[in-house]
Amino acid sequence: MNLTLKVWRQKSRTAAGAIVDYQVKDISPEMSFLEMLDVLNEDLLRKGDEPVAFDHDCREGICGSCNLFINGRAHGPETGTTTCQLHMRKFSDGDTITIEPWRANAFPVNRDLSVDRSAFDRIIQAGGYVSVNTGGAPDGNEIPIPKEIADRAFEAATCIGCGACVASCKNASAMLFVSAKVSQLALLPQGHVERKTRVENMVAQMDKEGFGACTNIGSCAAECPVGISLENIAILNREFLAAKATSNNLA
Amino acid sequence: MFPESKIPEGPLAEKWEKHKFNVKLVNPANKRKYDVIVVGTGLAGGAAAASLAELGYNVKAFTYHDSPRRAHSIAAQGGINAAKNYQNDGDSVFRLFYDTIKGGDYRAREANVYRLAQVSVNIIDQCVAQGVPFAREYGGLLANRSFGGAQVSRTFYARGQTGQQLLLGAYSALSRQIAYGKVKMYTRSEMLDVVVIDGQARGIITRNLITGEIEQHAAHAVVLATGGYGNVFFLSTNAMYCNATAAWRAHKRGAYFANPCFTQIHPTCIPVSGEYQSKLTLMSESLRNDGRVWVPKTVEIAERIRKGEIKASEIAEDDRDYFLERKYPAFGNLVPRDVASRNAKQMCDEGRGVGTTGLAVYLDFADIIKRTGADAVSQKYGNLFAMYEKITDEDPYQQPMRIYPAVHYTMGGLWVDYNLQTTIPGLYATGECNFSDHGANRLGASALMQGLADGYFVIPYTIGDYLASTAPKPVTTEHPAFKEAEAEVRGRVQKMMSINGTRTPDDFHKHLGHLMWEYCGMARNAEGLKYAKAEIQKLRKEFWSDLKLTGTETELNQALEKAGRVADFLELGELMMDDALDRNESCGGHFREEYQTPEGEALRDDDNYAYVAAWQYNGDNQPEILNKEELSFENVKLTQRSYK
Repeated sequence: MNLTLKVWRQKSRTAAGAIVDYQVKDISPEMSFLEMLDVLNEDLLRKGDEPVAFDHDCREGICGSCNLFINGRAHGPETGTTTCQLHMRKFSDGDTITIEPWRANAFPVNRDLSVDRSAFDRIIQAGGYVSVNTGGAPDGNEIPIPKEIADRAFEAATCIGCGACVASCKNASAMLFVSAKVSQLALLPQGHVERKTRVENMVAQMDKEGFGACTNIGSCAAECPVGISLENIAILNREFLAAKATSNNLA
Repeated sequence: MFPESKIPEGPLAEKWEKHKFNVKLVNPANKRKYDVIVVGTGLAGGAAAASLAELGYNVKAFTYHDSPRRAHSIAAQGGINAAKNYQNDGDSVFRLFYDTIKGGDYRAREANVYRLAQVSVNIIDQCVAQGVPFAREYGGLLANRSFGGAQVSRTFYARGQTGQQLLLGAYSALSRQIAYGKVKMYTRSEMLDVVVIDGQARGIITRNLITGEIEQHAAHAVVLATGGYGNVFFLSTNAMYCNATAAWRAHKRGAYFANPCFTQIHPTCIPVSGEYQSKLTLMSESLRNDGRVWVPKTVEIAERIRKGEIKASEIAEDDRDYFLERKYPAFGNLVPRDVASRNAKQMCDEGRGVGTTGLAVYLDFADIIKRTGADAVSQKYGNLFAMYEKITDEDPYQQPMRIYPAVHYTMGGLWVDYNLQTTIPGLYATGECNFSDHGANRLGASALMQGLADGYFVIPYTIGDYLASTAPKPVTTEHPAFKEAEAEVRGRVQKMMSINGTRTPDDFHKHLGHLMWEYCGMARNAEGLKYAKAEIQKLRKEFWSDLKLTGTETELNQALEKAGRVADFLELGELMMDDALDRNESCGGHFREEYQTPEGEALRDDDNYAYVAAWQYNGDNQPEILNKEELSFENVKLTQRSYK
């Protein structure tokens, strides 16, 4: 396949960016999208041009590093897939493909297609954990958890933190990401003690980072590569309201 | 003289308890006066950084990722072992210890492995307390399954995402300490050297991957938790950024490198499809529970398949060779990873491989689909089948999967004593980056166990012993050693930037990977090892005279990052050839063609090679010095592994 790529190039966080056109030739349908970019980068480097910076690592759809906005969609045209698991057979010879970084104020561009997602880490640091020190934990079976609850907690816990939800949302809201962690820990007995302060603190941090509000459009869940459900946002709202109404948070 | 392994005296079962009592303690009020650097924030590093901060030490943690949640530990699928005996099937600490020692083909240290089995029990409790959503039975209790040749069900799991859930547990503990201010987290920072002052590790030099800035960081002790070096083979199941740089630079500062040639080759990966390929994807080993491995009986049929003239499903039963079931009737398709891998390679070498490249064998589910129906199979393996179809565009319900072995895990690594300290006092190595617990072959579900054991339950105790003997005075970067190390790092970066040759870092990496796989992969021989070593030396010369980079070193420059890692792989690769050549025996994943039984199985030589080969750096372009740590087995009897 021969393709035209329209790629967002931006030298640094403060530099102005622009779309630049590239041609790639002899792309095999077996390649992953990122392998196609590897081919482009090898060409650029050999020619003495600077390769396109992009984030990636495991290339198995689990580390959450890859974050490309392809033809206007997070992780490209296929649903339920990260960019690294998107294959070129989903495109046709002669296609023009537009590749941009995640677009959100809270995710500033490092360079080209690589963005800074540390806002997500700061939200987790605000309370996305169970406060337990190493050592001295009770036997695992001392905390029985009904299978349905464990399974639901697991479903929420599968979030890979890639940021596709934010990138797909017209408000750049981080509600799906935050709700996944809040649901997981609110469902489990271990997370119960800090339930109220957790949701209050995580939501406060989310707002502080500059993520937008949720207006129930649902594109976050539609574009989520691992299928995190919108139900979690409902749980988040319920947890937040309940916490506000009966807060232990004296601050 | 070889440094002591510091294995405590006394009966195996009491060593760790006694040792914990005998190590020196740091007074709680003094703990905040000590700074500890942790490099790498996967299972071993994340757990260590969180636990050390909980104890009161000031921790600086470093990762080259944008977030500690992205470490490659996240990609582990299968599970984590623990000797809980929840299933009442006869499991015990001793049995887990025994399976691990035997599985490692008797090339691991008894005392370390026993401790690993002991603390495995605490790991599960710790993770449950953190909210890790392990699989549960309907009664609400933890579920177990069997794994990797073990005859008991001791593997805890979270669907096929155990690594992810465990890592997110460690990441959440780490996040809590970052919020408390006890851990200062440095993301997108790559360690490029360790600073040694008066023989003790006192800090590191890093490069900020966004700005290119070279930074100095001082501490009372340094913990490396930087994972394995499987990417020396270019293609592997490792994430793209996994590298040897931190461990290798530590090696060049005096830390011994142990058993570098011990590489685990995993039998069930999706085969290579072309030159452009960047990495290999592993299919869970659990598939071998129900899939049958076969190749065509004759080269002629295999050729017709490769040309696309016939499909696998059209081949008559009589024309198929279920080679694992034929050769190993007792274990069949469930033989250990090294045996399955070696046999697949043999079939392909005979010309009976399938797929367009001829480097694949079939993993066929037709029988189980016929027996239980496609729905039942989908319930069990649905996500794996979907993943396979996504990558290959073939439906494994209709045609058998094609699989081939791939590099997966490295059992070699920095030599450490019982305290996980390297041969540089104050420098520790944990998880996959040390050599200690897996011997010549890693069993399934044991990597996550070791990472968390080292991070949560070993290093927090043993590092205190060292710190207690170090004055609680602040360490700073004022010592000239910092300036010197920084200058070396800068010089190296600038040198790579200034070569302005014609070949890209990937180009060199692929070339090296090809040599490693052909001559130091699933099967090696003396002649090939010597040849490949000379080729790597040539390649290294070319690297330093013909490397092509663009841009500058003071900005985000991913090609430059890559080049630095390839430079280190080129040196490590050569040492791996030396190590493989020294070991005149076959064991675990290391198969020397000259040493095999009449049936073609691995032939170990316990009289001459029951040692850890610990290599000592001896200056640029000088042969490394081989130090031998003799392994003594007092609690298990060394036997030939047989799966017939």
